[in-house]
Amino acid sequence: MKNYVIMRLLATIPLLLGISFLCFVFINLIPSDPAEVALRIRQTPVITEELIARTRAELGLDQPFLARYFHWLWDCLHFDLGVSYTNPARTVLGEIGRCLPATLELAGLSLVYVIALSLPIGFLSAVYKDSWFDRLMRGFVFAATAMPVYWVGLLLIWIVSIRLDLLPTSGYGGLSHLILPAFTVALSYISTYIRLIRNNMLENMREDYVLYAQARGLKRRAILVRHILKNSLQSCVTAIGMSIPQLIAGTIVVENVFAWPGVGRLCIASIFNRDYPVIQAYVLLVGVLFVFFNLAFDILQYAADPRLRERKA
Amino acid sequence: MNTVLDVRNLSVRFRSGGRLLSLVKDVSFSVSRGGCLGILGESGSGKSMTCKAVLGLLDDNFQAEGGVFFEGRQLLGENPETLRRLRGGRIGVVLQNPMSCFDPLYRIGEQMAETLGEHTSLGRRRIRERSAELLELMRIREPGEVLRKYPHQLSGGMLQRVMIGLALALRPSLIIADEPTTAIDSISRHSVMREFLRIKRTGETAILFISHDLGVLSCIADQVLVMRLGEAVESGPAGRIFDNARDAYTRRLIRRHKAVMSKFLAAVRQGPEAAA
Repeated sequence: MKNYVIMRLLATIPLLLGISFLCFVFINLIPSDPAEVALRIRQTPVITEELIARTRAELGLDQPFLARYFHWLWDCLHFDLGVSYTNPARTVLGEIGRCLPATLELAGLSLVYVIALSLPIGFLSAVYKDSWFDRLMRGFVFAATAMPVYWVGLLLIWIVSIRLDLLPTSGYGGLSHLILPAFTVALSYISTYIRLIRNNMLENMREDYVLYAQARGLKRRAILVRHILKNSLQSCVTAIGMSIPQLIAGTIVVENVFAWPGVGRLCIASIFNRDYPVIQAYVLLVGVLFVFFNLAFDILQYAADPRLRERKA
Repeated sequence: MNTVLDVRNLSVRFRSGGRLLSLVKDVSFSVSRGGCLGILGESGSGKSMTCKAVLGLLDDNFQAEGGVFFEGRQLLGENPETLRRLRGGRIGVVLQNPMSCFDPLYRIGEQMAETLGEHTSLGRRRIRERSAELLELMRIREPGEVLRKYPHQLSGGMLQRVMIGLALALRPSLIIADEPTTAIDSISRHSVMREFLRIKRTGETAILFISHDLGVLSCIADQVLVMRLGEAVESGPAGRIFDNARDAYTRRLIRRHKAVMSKFLAAVRQGPEAAA
């Protein structure tokens, strides 16, 4: 167990290096000159060639690509993500730290929605397969998967906030501001997990261990919950591990629809402003989240499944 | 009054689309205390379907008709809760594929305790002791160790013996064994058969033994029922069936078995070169 965790931790190092390098390369492929954009955002009245050159030097953009990458990497390792190009008074870390709590609130409530809704619905759909409930939910899953997130967001604003006037349309505030955007983020995950749990359960129901559990005279409810559901959730655990960073990253569209002041909005604004350090920090943050949640849930599953524990030991 | 299980004109049909497929047609047999009825047949002959029908384990797509009398009580159409209490209690069940019959996520001890807890009111410590006793009865060494193991850590033969032990747990009056020797190696097969013979010799339990293996059946069954395509083609005392079958299909099965066995024995006697 200990060896496994150490091995997996070591393996994340090259992975993180790769992510950081790719993220740096792609951002530098953006055609426009960040120095020029930064000057424009700062509302400099006259932009001369000389001024652009000076700003480039000031931002360190005159140095060769690799030198810039290693410089950036070195700073990152010291938790220094640089300062914003467009507003040198603000550090990137400060900007992210300011916006992250709002995003985490949103992603956190979405996760609660996902688990609280898909688990019972998936379970009941499998147990009462082909009933009216199952058919209704299959229709819901189909529709929810087919609708794009931004459209669902707009639809919910229109129905719930404007027509019914139940919840605020957008902005940051208490729980009432959070309900709609969180549901919008969660919707496609809810349908994915309903389908996953339902199918896993139906598959497990055909297993020999279920027949034998019946032959041993166990109660139907005990077989469904203790055996079928527990086995079905094994693969869901890994999937949830990947979904958590996806939820955090996936708020990017919804934050813009609902004017939610999280890192997703920060990222979009930075992309428009060619604010390289902020975009880089955001992509790196999401990459790191993926790597670590994946790792954490693999270890969790490893601890939960006796077969895995044995094979890798 | 010694008849434990009496099956009268049992038919099982499967609803597929709008049609009804006949899987078991008008099969009758009975097993008495201390006796063993062997059901012989190839795969698809309806043997397992018959045993599922007796246990009430068919789902709603199946339709069973006729009479299944267990200790004089009709089981077909009996409410599911009553059937559940019988299974694993008065009726012990042993299935094939022991490797996949246990839930991979729970220890053997937990799964045995779950079964014993369902049918008795024993306390946790007593259940643990009883589980260990059952394993010991099955000649499993270090039962305490085995109880702590997960199914994948044990061999098929070992798990099969755990299953037999569990089937015996509540001193059932009937044991239904569906191909208990099919999925395990020949050495384990030997020890599994030894346990079944021992159960039979106690004379307290009726055994319904389903197999496609003539060799296995010939060493335990006193009555044999031969099934083919859902129908009983021959039935009677084991000795008569093996030596002097009336049905052509049964004769063919026996002839083939004897041919394979004599080839095998010749190969064993003459060494590996001759077998090739």
